[in-house]
Amino acid sequence: MSTLPWLHPDRVTLLEQALRERILILDGAMGTMLQGHALDESGFRGERFAHGHDGHHEHAHPGGCDLKGNNDLLSLTRPELIRGVHQAYLDAGADLVETNTFNSTRISQADYHLEHLAYELNLEGARLARAACDAYGAKTPDKPRFAIGVLGPTSRTASLSPDVNDPGFRNVTFEELAANYRESAAGLIDGGADVVMVETIFDTLNAKAALFALSELFRERGARVPVMISGTITDRSGRTLSGQTAEAFYYSVAHARPLAVGLNCALGAADLRPHVQTLADIADCYVSTHPNAGLPNAFAEYDETPEQMASVIAGFARDGLLNLVGGCCGTTPAHIAAIAEAVRYCAPRRLPDTSREAA
Amino acid sequence: MTTIRHTHLSGLEPLVLTPDLLFVNVGERTNVTGSAQFKKLIKEDRYEEAVEVARQQVANGAQIIDVNMDEGLIDSEAAMVRFLNLIAAEPDIARVPVMVDSSKWSVIEAGLRCLQGKGIVNSISMKEGEESFLEQARKVRQYGAAAVVMAFDEEGQADTCARKVEICSRAYALLTERLDFPPEDIIFDPNIFAIATGIEEHNNYAVDFIEATRELKRRFPACHVSGGVSNVSFSFRGNNVVREAIHSVFLYHAIKAGMDMGIVNAGALAIYDDLDAELRERVEDVVLNRRPDATERLLEIADRYKSKKGEVVVENLAWRARPVRERLAHALVHGIDQYVVEDTEEARQQCTRPLDVIEGPLMDGMNVVGDLFGAGKMFLPQVVKSARVMKKAVAHLLPYIEAEKARTGDTGKSNGKIVMATVKGDVHDIGKNIVGVVLRCNNFDVVDLGVMVPAQKILDTAITEQADMIGLSGLITPSLEEMGHVAREMQRRGFTVPLLIGGATTSRAHTALKIEPHYKSPCVWVKDASRAVGVAQSLVSKELIDGFMAKIRAEYAEVRERHRHRGPGKQLVPLEKARAQRFGCDWANYAPPQPARPGITVFDDYGLAELREYIDWTPFFQAWELAGHYPAILTDEVVGPQATELFGDAQKMLDRIVAERWLTARAVIGFWPAASVLDDIEIQADGGKVMLHHLRQQADKPVERPNLCLSDFVTPKEYGKPDWVGGFAVTAGLGIEPHLERFRADNDDYSAIILKALADRLAEAFAERMHERVRREFWGYAPHEALDNQALIAEKYQGVRPAPGYPACPDHTEKTTLFRLLDVTANTGIELTEGFAMYPAAAVSGWYFSHPDSQYFVVGRLTRAQVEDYALRKGWTREQAERWLASNLDYDPD
Repeated sequence: MSTLPWLHPDRVTLLEQALRERILILDGAMGTMLQGHALDESGFRGERFAHGHDGHHEHAHPGGCDLKGNNDLLSLTRPELIRGVHQAYLDAGADLVETNTFNSTRISQADYHLEHLAYELNLEGARLARAACDAYGAKTPDKPRFAIGVLGPTSRTASLSPDVNDPGFRNVTFEELAANYRESAAGLIDGGADVVMVETIFDTLNAKAALFALSELFRERGARVPVMISGTITDRSGRTLSGQTAEAFYYSVAHARPLAVGLNCALGAADLRPHVQTLADIADCYVSTHPNAGLPNAFAEYDETPEQMASVIAGFARDGLLNLVGGCCGTTPAHIAAIAEAVRYCAPRRLPDTSREAA
Repeated sequence: MTTIRHTHLSGLEPLVLTPDLLFVNVGERTNVTGSAQFKKLIKEDRYEEAVEVARQQVANGAQIIDVNMDEGLIDSEAAMVRFLNLIAAEPDIARVPVMVDSSKWSVIEAGLRCLQGKGIVNSISMKEGEESFLEQARKVRQYGAAAVVMAFDEEGQADTCARKVEICSRAYALLTERLDFPPEDIIFDPNIFAIATGIEEHNNYAVDFIEATRELKRRFPACHVSGGVSNVSFSFRGNNVVREAIHSVFLYHAIKAGMDMGIVNAGALAIYDDLDAELRERVEDVVLNRRPDATERLLEIADRYKSKKGEVVVENLAWRARPVRERLAHALVHGIDQYVVEDTEEARQQCTRPLDVIEGPLMDGMNVVGDLFGAGKMFLPQVVKSARVMKKAVAHLLPYIEAEKARTGDTGKSNGKIVMATVKGDVHDIGKNIVGVVLRCNNFDVVDLGVMVPAQKILDTAITEQADMIGLSGLITPSLEEMGHVAREMQRRGFTVPLLIGGATTSRAHTALKIEPHYKSPCVWVKDASRAVGVAQSLVSKELIDGFMAKIRAEYAEVRERHRHRGPGKQLVPLEKARAQRFGCDWANYAPPQPARPGITVFDDYGLAELREYIDWTPFFQAWELAGHYPAILTDEVVGPQATELFGDAQKMLDRIVAERWLTARAVIGFWPAASVLDDIEIQADGGKVMLHHLRQQADKPVERPNLCLSDFVTPKEYGKPDWVGGFAVTAGLGIEPHLERFRADNDDYSAIILKALADRLAEAFAERMHERVRREFWGYAPHEALDNQALIAEKYQGVRPAPGYPACPDHTEKTTLFRLLDVTANTGIELTEGFAMYPAAAVSGWYFSHPDSQYFVVGRLTRAQVEDYALRKGWTREQAERWLASNLDYDPD
């Protein structure tokens, strides 16, 4: 699959050129920003979903359900809010913004009985991000901006049993996940995503299903887009939820020849450092990280300030560990601006000489 | 040539197939076609017990587990999925990668969909043609796995060497050219078939496999060769002793030929050397197809082994009549391990707790050893021998202690726990092993992480083990830099445990200047093994540590102070001036000698008996911290008796190394047309021009003594004369691992350290012998030279062979050029680590210069101007140059 041509060769050239020149800035949290709007149920529903279900769709079940909290739906019902978040991060200095599609898979939307929206949410999510990037890129042609199509982890895990009495049981299969991811990824690509990122990987087998789906999709389309992969070390044990070390995680996904591999979420930057260092030591591709704004406090809020977070990240950058950096839960445009400032004069991590062509 | 990429696999943890693994054991017991027991468990749906089989295999050393459910009465797909899902929930099993084994593609695919790590598919082949083979291989890539490729094509399974090689080569070409399949993810299985079946055509099957392996590894060094080992002995089923002997002999030869993975019963491998001599010879006749009646001759004696038990007759010695306490002390002090298990058992029965044996008679004995050692009346080799006895005694007691511990919660007392490692990029560990043994003798718990250990692993282990200390070791100069990194990481991560620094290139000054300032808690340089105990005891003692550290810190502060004020003392001259003072001769009238055999020459399997005569023994004694020159040391007043005893043991082992070919020596040499261009040497190699970069002395010297650079010994380009330089790489360490492993398994550090030290000596001897032949034959500028070994050691010949990383050319990274020019890794099996150490460690490489005035010298300190100039020539940033030349800088780069 690595021999297929790029779908958007000019965009890839620009992105690779930028990666060679400097550390690129990813955006910060979407959820944190949307919480600021304090939307109520009707704020989420908009007109089309006024009755708790899709007015454009024949639902098999009667009645509606609460849609509050379905952030991804806002791409359809309140697109101006999503546009505003992208705009704010681009203003803060982000080179790449992530689509509002973290839960836009059939499996995750099933919680709202909206599984039929999976393709549409990804399509619209990618369009919004891409439009924001294109508008900004036109203003600063020397600094192109890129839309990352996000494939989230889904709410299920393929290598862990939800039933403590039967460790052999699984509530989702590789094939189901691959079909989910394939549909969502098609939406992202059709909506104009420059890159697809499989992120917040708790279970590497889910990610492998996503990577499998992407390779199938690329073969079908006869062209590919660069892939980024970002795992999640869930606690200080230094392992993913499914038990892998960062090094084992990388070897498990390296076959996809990603543009970048990295770690995000769950921990703050300081606790992520040794694992990012591990990736920086072994990865043939670029290295990314977008940590949380520290660990949640007693009120489940993230309270690391932009300055605190940026000073830790600056240490990563000075030591040559990074190619892409941004924020995850609890981070805001102020965090991203501080991080961008902190790494501005640091050289990006150099790819090892032995690396093959990325992706 | 790019360095060979290692295969990366993973379960919950990574498995990187580096050459030092030598042979990867794939557990075979979770295979219904190979294990009747496992088949029964699966058929009866007893999955919990089936999971235990997997657990035992991993516990017994399987590095990968093979899972096969191919059986007519089982729903293979469902069984594969169920079993893989179950073991995924067991961290002590799931840490290793899985080999999904089936002859049905649908079963393989079902298995791949359950693996979060990177596993191996066993197998794919061209039996249904190229297109279906490629389609399956493409899927293997999409699922992120490596693949076993069986030597099987449209015509059937390959049985001859030629067919095996031909099919595998065709598969390789398809995979790498049509699919971009990574070569390191290809594992060939050239088919192991049963031998000694009574059918004549089968007699050569093992030889065919072994020879095919050799050729495949030569053609495709990045790939691996594997096979199902138990097939080979199929005709002897029912006679496990003979079967295991066949496996052992087969593996011994196949591994030598390059087989580096195998599906085996990880718990039951016989040791080649331990086989009964007669059985081994007859098995070897069968495996190697050495005589037509081999099978009959093996059958003749096979029945004898069906229930044979070995027994040894022992004679009683005087000391054996004494009470058990004294016998144990005697055994410890004299390093006699023959009776230690029975004596320990007797002592255990007399004591109330098993721990009393350790804390009583054994520690008493070791205290005597420690006192004698401390007083200089006993020397390292004996201490290590004593430790061997101690280890065996403790090994015997351990199960009893565990049982006691489980009952009472009593854990006994230890002086403290130290985590030790040779740092990332370095493979040298003789000194570290000695320190480990000495500390263990003094009742420290030692967690030895081995060689090439990254900082994070050292620190993570220190945390999980709750270590009281960390010890770092290294021999090559880049390791110094890595130790600084570890110290900074310890500080960054908030460590407070003491850090011990040791190894041949470390020094008090380096530790004081470059390591200690980065770590706020105690950081101490340990000069040699004999100081290790004193330092460690001071650091774990609440009473001693403050005083001890105050003294150390004052010492280091003084070193730094002196360094800061070292002032103008010895000034260096500017680079231009040094270059103007270069060595020169009457180049116009100089006739450079032309090599008799230009180009590359490879020496495979060089005779060890010949090399033995060239050993320089003095460094061997130094490795054991016995000071003095050979042969005078043997009659030295103080260390003479110990040196003689050690020398005797070394000679005995050397006899076996030579006779039983424990080690393989390989070498490659080459010569290239060369001309000097200032401080560089431009050579003409096959691929075109190559630049060798060198450094020049900048010490302020009198006019008649030139500022040397190695390029000075080659005719300058402007004279247009045909001058030459040569290069070489030799090793005598290939094949050492199984023997070290055997000693380790036997708790015999003494023999393991002797073996390592001897391999080092043989490699140096090989370099000496090869240089001699170069002067006499291959370059041939001194055809009539006749020097004895003493004269050779004293370097009384014309020409030099400086090694990159050593004083005349201190930049280790030039080894990359040398390795590329000679294709060293493919030609000899020596690899470069990321720190530019050579693996196996028993290896030497360097350049040959022939000029009559060429000499060894020390480049010494360098000005910033030369470092910048060198960086420019190497295509480096100044920071990179400063990093690699850190030990030579005359200034502080920070």
